[in-house]
Amino acid sequence: MPDTTCLVVAVLVSAAVTWALRVLPFAVVGPLRASPTVQYLSTRIPAGIMVILVVYCLRDTPLTRTAGLSPAAALAVTVGVHLRRRNAPLSILAGTAAHVALASTVFAHRGP
Amino acid sequence: MPSRTPSEARAALGDPASVGLGFVPLGVASGVLVVHAGVDWWWASLSSALIYGGSFEFPLIGMATAALPLASVAVSAFLVNVRHVFSALSFPLHRVEGPPGKAYGTFALCDEACALTAGEQARSWSGRRIRWLRLLLHLYWAGGSTAGALLGSLIPEGVTGLDFALTALFAVLALDAVRDRRGDLPTLPLALLSALTARLLFPGGLLPAAFALFTAGLLIRRLATRESPGHA
Repeated sequence: MPDTTCLVVAVLVSAAVTWALRVLPFAVVGPLRASPTVQYLSTRIPAGIMVILVVYCLRDTPLTRTAGLSPAAALAVTVGVHLRRRNAPLSILAGTAAHVALASTVFAHRGP
Repeated sequence: MPSRTPSEARAALGDPASVGLGFVPLGVASGVLVVHAGVDWWWASLSSALIYGGSFEFPLIGMATAALPLASVAVSAFLVNVRHVFSALSFPLHRVEGPPGKAYGTFALCDEACALTAGEQARSWSGRRIRWLRLLLHLYWAGGSTAGALLGSLIPEGVTGLDFALTALFAVLALDAVRDRRGDLPTLPLALLSALTARLLFPGGLLPAAFALFTAGLLIRRLATRESPGHA
């Protein structure tokens, strides 16, 4: 296990970078908010970002090996439960439980 | 809105109920992963309270335990979180008053708070209500993470795949966004196409490449749709 100072500094550096990125738009782009183009973007970007983040989370899923079946099945469970019940905590729990069950048993890593 | 609630705090408690309660298992998952990586439980609390961005906290666990150089950590944090520059445009900071409120407002600018406050029903929310909403989300997240780290040693090492909670949360928010933007269908295929293109062409920098492509696509679409129906 790496030493504690390194771990804490890694958090501080990450937190500083993250916050800087969150402040930047208000410091720099603030005056542009009245622009219709910025408003056009701002109503569409949050929705698109969620789609991009799903792809980002699944970016390392192997498409050609059976290990890829576990996230695919879990995503199908999440989407299926959510379309039926519209209950976010339930959908997340169901999808995660499906993934943990499959990844820990049927598709568990054996060896490197 | 059928009725007005007397307390803004209580109103805020209802707003993030769906997303906020989704935060708890997600935070728990990140806490469990921290202790399974062999790191002390309090590091999970520190990370979730200070960084407050699950999309980087999950990868940071691996980077920090592998003792990667700080510069690589900083670059990765930048690449994963640069999207906030885009998403922050939608956050109604002008409705949050006072410098401390604004400072906290920018700090607690997670994707989920953006998605909630960008929704149609949020247009009437007051600054106080928005501030409560974010504080509660932050507490759910840090609390869940701490609980997960404290309980994590009870979960056997062989149990893997908890990090899927993050994917599931984004999938749920994407589905809700699809429903919210029913009148504007091209936005979501455009985002998906941008992400898949970025995955193929720039696998190392998927997030920044996808956001750049997506934003460029939106701008092109705006120019195209603005000019076609009549005069500019």
